[in-house]
Amino acid sequence: MKKVNNSLHTSHFSSPFHIVKRDDIVWWKAWMFRVISVILALIVCGVITISLTGINPVKMYLTMIEGAVGTTRLVWNLFQNTAILLCVSLAVTPAFKMRFWNIGAEGQVLIGGLATATCMIFLGGTMPTPLLILVMLVLSILAGAVWGLVPAYFKTRFNSNETLFTLMMNYIAIQIVAYFTLEWSVPKGSGTPRTLEMGQLPALFGQKYLINIIIVVIITVIMYIYLKYSKQGYEISVVGESENTAKYIGISVKKVMLRTMAISGAICGIAGFLLVAGTDHSLKSDTAGGRGFTAIMVSWLGKFNPLFMILTSFLIVFLQKGASKISEVYRLNPSFSDIITGIIIFFIIGSEFFINYKLKSNKKETEAERC
Amino acid sequence: MKKILSLLMVAVMLVASVAMLSACGEKANDKGAVNADFKIGFIFLHDENSTYDKNFLDAAKEATKELGLTDEQVIYKVNVPEGNECYEAAADLADQGCDIVFANSFGHEPYILKAAKEFPEVEFCHATGTTAHTENVANFHNAFASIYEGRYLAGIAAGMKLNEMIESGKITAEQAKMGYVGAFTYAEVISGYTSFYLGAKSVCPSVTMEVQFTGSWYDEALEKEAATKLLSNNCVLISQHADSMGAPTACENAGVPNVSYNGSTKSACPNTFIVSSRIDWAPYFKYIINANLKGEAIVADWCEGFEAGSVKLTEVNEQAAAAGTQAALDEAKAKLISGEIKVFDTANFTVEGKTLDSYKADVDTDEAYTPDTEVIADGYFHESEFRSAPYFDLQIDGITLLNNMF
Repeated sequence: MKKVNNSLHTSHFSSPFHIVKRDDIVWWKAWMFRVISVILALIVCGVITISLTGINPVKMYLTMIEGAVGTTRLVWNLFQNTAILLCVSLAVTPAFKMRFWNIGAEGQVLIGGLATATCMIFLGGTMPTPLLILVMLVLSILAGAVWGLVPAYFKTRFNSNETLFTLMMNYIAIQIVAYFTLEWSVPKGSGTPRTLEMGQLPALFGQKYLINIIIVVIITVIMYIYLKYSKQGYEISVVGESENTAKYIGISVKKVMLRTMAISGAICGIAGFLLVAGTDHSLKSDTAGGRGFTAIMVSWLGKFNPLFMILTSFLIVFLQKGASKISEVYRLNPSFSDIITGIIIFFIIGSEFFINYKLKSNKKETEAERC
Repeated sequence: MKKILSLLMVAVMLVASVAMLSACGEKANDKGAVNADFKIGFIFLHDENSTYDKNFLDAAKEATKELGLTDEQVIYKVNVPEGNECYEAAADLADQGCDIVFANSFGHEPYILKAAKEFPEVEFCHATGTTAHTENVANFHNAFASIYEGRYLAGIAAGMKLNEMIESGKITAEQAKMGYVGAFTYAEVISGYTSFYLGAKSVCPSVTMEVQFTGSWYDEALEKEAATKLLSNNCVLISQHADSMGAPTACENAGVPNVSYNGSTKSACPNTFIVSSRIDWAPYFKYIINANLKGEAIVADWCEGFEAGSVKLTEVNEQAAAAGTQAALDEAKAKLISGEIKVFDTANFTVEGKTLDSYKADVDTDEAYTPDTEVIADGYFHESEFRSAPYFDLQIDGITLLNNMF
């Protein structure tokens, strides 16, 4: 984005404004934009809610908060869901930073989950649980990495389109998982996945989701350090900014691509492992629940910064949980709460535009630029 | 800058305190009259856009309204997937003070069972499940309806239509072949299509049937495709056990009569819809609510039929059905209620050419599907007596399976 530094004259005709890239923006100003956008979003949603349903919007927002953090259970639930979404988002981030559009996270998560479930079914009872969990973890990391490496290999070898390739790999993974779900279903033929008893992740301090959260926190910290301070992280950003520059300074673009996609897939594999062994204790074709796609938004909104992404994934899960409470309390079709969430996210994304660009009046072209 | 920071802090604190206040408010409400205190929570797989869930939702509304429950006493959670979310939803309902939690999808069962073990003071009821009679968790219950009796009647309507076609010379007696679109090769579906077939056979002895499975409970395209395949195999009448409009629409387009499920499809298929059987869940909902209010125990397995109003047939569509269908259905229904006829009478079907006098079914679900219970006695197969969910899984003569899905 930084390459577009001069004015973009969107129209030479009668438009009263043109768009100018901001050079830099003070952090508090950027946050001010974000806060204003949220307030605006809440006002717009409020107007829509009142006019369509007659529900008091303030009450609705309180219901939303109650649905997300109303009880201790809901708070744990919120953190657990945030952790899983964050984990998938962290997985796609290095690939995105490299401008490799990995939209195959959904499939990579499922394949990781499939590896975990396979171990739980066939190795459960043959070895001590800690060892079994270790094997599950290693195999799901490998499975995810392989699922990520396939499109990367074809990209480096034949310059195939990674967006389409990773997308298609999702459907392959979904069908493979659907096949095994049916194969392993109990009772046979019902299409209902069996509950996997052996190799479930243990509860720490009586909290069954704590281990998931801790694992994701560790991955977040490692990913932050990896991207920001490691040589490999630097190589990723260089490849992302310009492949030619990377080649010029002696970085093997192919190697970086393969390595980064293996990492991306591997972390997705861990997310699949956490979902199957840590929360669901079963495997279905919708175990990933669309997180592979939501993660794209989380990663972009968080500007590929793992620490920001904690916030963005939290925000999205918070909105989802709150929205489902709205439909429960007010007996509205869940689509209505989806609309509300959609509007809020739209405004937040919109605020990023005003943080990066500003509108300048065409009449005062000569006026000095200051934000 | 500090000002903005402190403003933000204040905002966060405000939000937090409001959240806490509203949580406290809920607890204060708990003290009230016995009946006003009662709460029931429903967990549904989809929303009203699915015929399966709409059937439950309508019944829940009817039952709770009839018993005079207020909106605050009834909580619906829709679009709850068959995963950990289901456990969380059930636990949340228990936290909200529900006395009864009901879930409607087969795959919800393990998660509801998990919640039942965690909240022994709350009653957990689960439709279509199979494990209540073996788990022995006092507050966990299964329910179903003897829908096979409804399907048997629907089969009679189909058989009469075939007879009409034979008499008018449209087909010969040997060409009386029906098609059936099933979801999975699984007891609930097998029991359904067999009872449908036996109903047709009771009036049209030469009837045969082909079954095509889709491998999904709800997939409009697949169901339509399966129906089309059956039609190209020269099936002259179609029925289905899947939740979309796929098969009925295919029939209407081809002008072939259709016997439906879950409710009337007459408005979309005015020329081909004959009749439909469905389960009405309102009697069960009234039963569990009343039992809980009176402090009585809820049975582990509940399965009722015509008499309790749990199994219903829609109106017969005169435009498509054979003459005299309604009268024949009323007569057969009375005989089913009195016990004069049994759907799975061993005199009426054979397996590999032999009449059965003994069969062990897998009533106590286990991963190896071990047959464990003798289900044939007094000359008929005792369906839904040893547990509420169907377990008839015999492949009887006259029915050809085109594929398998398990």
